[in-house]
Parts: sequence; structure tokens; C-alpha cells
Amino acid sequence: MLYAMLLPALLLLALFHFYPIWGVLIAFKDYSPVKGLLASPWVGLDNFRRFFDSPNALPIIRNTLFIAVGKIIFGQLVAIVFSLMLNEIRVRLFKRAVQTATTLPHFLSWVIIGGIMVQILSTSGPVNRLLGGLGIPPIRFLGKANIFPWTLIFSEVWKEFGFGAVIYLAALTAINPELYEAAAVDGAGRFARLIHITLPGIRPTIILMACLSLGGVLNAGFEQVLVLYNPVVYKTGDIIDTFVFRVGLVGQGGLPDYSLGTAVGLFKSGIGFFLIMLSYWLADKFANYRIF
Amino acid sequence: MVGETGFSDRVVDAILYLILLILGLLCVAPFVHVAAVSLSSHAAVSADRVGLWPVGLHLDNYRFMMGDKLFVNSFGISVLRVVVGVSLGLLVMVITAYPLSRDSIYMPGRTFFKVILLFGMMFSGGLIPYFLALRDLGLLNKFWVLVIPPALNIFYVILIINFFRGIPHELWEAALLDGANHLQVLFRVFIPISKPVLATVTLFSAVQHWNSWFDGVIFLKEASQWPLQSYLYSMVTTRMLQWQTAVSAERAGQAFLEATPEGLATAMILIATIPILLVYPLLQRYFVTGLTLGSIKE
Repeated sequence: MLYAMLLPALLLLALFHFYPIWGVLIAFKDYSPVKGLLASPWVGLDNFRRFFDSPNALPIIRNTLFIAVGKIIFGQLVAIVFSLMLNEIRVRLFKRAVQTATTLPHFLSWVIIGGIMVQILSTSGPVNRLLGGLGIPPIRFLGKANIFPWTLIFSEVWKEFGFGAVIYLAALTAINPELYEAAAVDGAGRFARLIHITLPGIRPTIILMACLSLGGVLNAGFEQVLVLYNPVVYKTGDIIDTFVFRVGLVGQGGLPDYSLGTAVGLFKSGIGFFLIMLSYWLADKFANYRIF
Repeated sequence: MVGETGFSDRVVDAILYLILLILGLLCVAPFVHVAAVSLSSHAAVSADRVGLWPVGLHLDNYRFMMGDKLFVNSFGISVLRVVVGVSLGLLVMVITAYPLSRDSIYMPGRTFFKVILLFGMMFSGGLIPYFLALRDLGLLNKFWVLVIPPALNIFYVILIINFFRGIPHELWEAALLDGANHLQVLFRVFIPISKPVLATVTLFSAVQHWNSWFDGVIFLKEASQWPLQSYLYSMVTTRMLQWQTAVSAERAGQAFLEATPEGLATAMILIATIPILLVYPLLQRYFVTGLTLGSIKE
């Protein structure tokens, strides 16, 4: 009976996880929808070669890494500093209000947030009007290639820092208050207590988040980029996921190139799998964290 | 904490309150602006005169959306996918978590199944093979594509397993000794005492279903099948122009004199946000539970 209860899950896994994994074979074939998977001719690593020989490969990988790493660094930094500041606040109502306001964007989709960004970041939108008030000429946040990646990074940080702080705030409340009292008796000032008690107290959490974030360095934010980008900023804003989507599913100026899309996707999920394993291994080693 | 009355401490406090206040406002202001645009007159929006308060208040944008059949329809589909998707997912996940939460003595091969689950969570074939698999299975362009493939969320299964493992062993044994079968134990004993974890999973997957749009856009061809967020995506990105034409056509008939493309987009954004706002107080109560449950170790 216990095994029978696993049947629905095994069926779903087989259909939606393992069956697609079998489908990655088309990365090594010249897939034609008419012939089907098995009858399409083998081409070895040709699809991978086609990608890496194209001028697209390097910029796309570079964009992915740049955007993803930027998001991790700034996102964690802002979340940590924010949680430390919030931890100093003793008026509970104020603390709650700030937390309520800052975590809300996390629960909204990138379509909603993207729609809002398009609205407020346009050249005549409120952000540029504010900057104009300071004498700064309008910035094309979504239409200029050298600015666009930063728009992605900071809109992600804006959306996620409040929720990102939740885990640090949980760690902060777990610090024994007696430590602070003892330190105060010893004459330690606010800053000294921050350095000697608070930071060591959340160090394990910081290390854990750093380890786990390694698994995400190839995820630059597919949905976000898809909503916000346009051909003008492909040079700096096109990432592996959006490239796969455009080439392999939409088809750029023609039919979708399933094989090329699958090959690039496989390249990403192969390395991604390795990175996730590595990040869990590191998290286990340095932060004693086990997911299972 | 310890009482502090030093002058410099109060200065630090004042600065902290100020920075946090600004951060809080920074997160709310865009929503207020969007609401203001959706309620402002055509003249005010075109001249970029709208800040945080509606200028020339009217409801034309909302009246226009209420008359848009595709929009009303997509709202219904979103509600349907949340209800069906969450119920189906919850059912599958508790039934999966129960046997996997039992010790290996009672459930030989438990580790093997967990490894399979974990592998499924960490490795995917990528977007294209997934799309082709759904096509082979005949799920494309059917409502079920929105609720069946995401029914088994492995991360949530792990959360539930960890919670089930915290239930006293004696309770489980006693129920079995009383002659209950495993399904009865699950539904009559385990589920009633697992409210925190099930509430967490329910809320989070409801939000997830409400927010999903990519699956609708690529797996469903007809806009009439799309959930709200997929429709919103097409409006925010590609349809803006067509829409503008539609609005001007309506305007020719003097029906929605004050509607603007920006106003319609923002009205729709707001309507899609409201359900999240409604469950937000509940969500707040549970997201810490969600986080801490995930970190429980065996």
C-alpha cells in the first residue's frame, strides 16, 4: 500500500521529468518534426559546434553570468544590510510596516512587475521626471544596451530584497539576547555589538546563502528578461534561456530550430546540475545544511 | 534591549528610521503610481502629469476592461487554474509525502525513491524537450496543461515529508493498530494535525498558479484559453500597438473617452495584483514557517 501511494508521483515524474530527459537526444540529431525523434539522423556534436562557433555564444554566456552574479551579489548585500538595519528598530509597528511593504513585490509575477517597470522607467515616466528635477537628462533604462543589464539587476534587487531579508531576520531573532546584555555591561557600544555579536550570529546563514547561490549563476532570470527586453538590447540582455526560447521555440526568421535549442538548453542544464550538486555539497560541508 | 540614551545613538536611530522609511516607500510608490495612472484622464496621462495621485479621476479604463471579453474570460481561467491546480497538487503531494516520511524499516527503498525525486528536481531536459514531451502527450492547447505538469512540486513534497516526520511515531503505530489503513491514517490522523505545513503549501502554490504566465503563452495557442497573466504579458509586450488602435476605435464611438493604453495596462496590472493583496496578510503569517520548515534536518 505504501508503494501504491507513490504511483501518482512516479507517473508524473516519468511523464514530465524523465520523458523530456529522453527527449534531449534531439540535441545530437538533426531533428525534423515530420520524421520524429527516432528517425531523425544522428549528427553527433554538430549542434553544439554550431552554437559555439556562432558569434552569439560568447556574449550570451557572458550576459548570463554577468546578470546572474550581479543579482546574487547586490541582492544578498542589500538583504543583509536591510535586515541588520531593521533589527535595530524597536518600534514593532514600524518594523512590521516596513517589512510588509518590502516583501510584497516578491509575491507578484514578472509580468506585473515588468508592466510596472515599463510604466515607471519610460523616458517620460516618473523616475526620469524625478531625475530631471535633479538636472539629470532622461535615461533609457530599457532601451540602452549598456544600461539594460543594470536595470535587470536593480529591478530584481528591488523585487526580492525584502523577502531575501526574511531568512536573515529569522537568524537574527535566534541570537541569544543575553549576549547583548552581557556586552552592554562590559561597555560595548552599538557598533561593537554589531561586529562581535550580530555579525558572527548570522555568519552561518550568510555562508549558507553564499553556497546555495552558486547553483543559480546560470539563472539570470528568464521571465524577467523575457518581459523587459527588446531587440535593441539583445547585445547585453540576451541570456541563455531567452536565446533557447527564441531559437528553439519561436524560431528566428523561420522555423524553430529544435535541435539547436535543445543543445544549448542541455549545455545549460548539464552545467547547472553540476553547480547545484556542488552548491549542496558546499552547503553541507560549510553550513551543515541538508535539504533531505 | 538595553536602554540607550546617548545623543549619537539617537542620531543613528533617526538615520535608520529615515532610511527604512524611504526603502518602504520605494516598494509601495510604484504601485500607487500605477493605480493613479489607471484612474487618470487621457489628457493628464498623455502629458505625463500623473504622480502618486489620480489627475482627472474617472473609471473609463476599468469600464473598458470589464467589457473586454478576453480579459473577463482570462480572469475566470486563472481562478479555475488556482482552484483545480492547488487541489490536485495538494492531493498528489500528501499522498507522495506519506510513504516517504516512514522509516526504511517500514518502507524499504525509501532512499531510492527520494534520490529519484531529488534528481527530478535538480535536472531537467530543458525547455524544448519539455515542450515536445507535452506535445507528444497531447496536452498542448488544453486547460490541463496548466495544472497537471506542475502538480508534483518536489520542493513542497520535501516540506511535507519533513513535517510528517515530526509527528510522534506512537500516534502512527496506534492508528495502524486500531485497524486503520494507510490512506485512513493519512487523511484522518496526519492531515488534521499538519495544518501549518499544508496552509503554507496551499498558499504558496496558489500564488504560484495565479502568477504563472509562461506556460499559458507557449502551451496554449488561443488567447481565449489564456489565464490572466498570460493575457497581461501579451498586452504589456506585443499587443500594445493593436490595443492602442482598439482604444482609438472605441474612442471614435465616444464610449471610453478617457481610456489610454497606459491606463488600460495599469488597470489590468492592478486587477491582477488585488488577489495577491487579499491573501497577503495570510501569506505573511506563513512564509517564515515555509522557510524554517525547509531547514529542518533529519
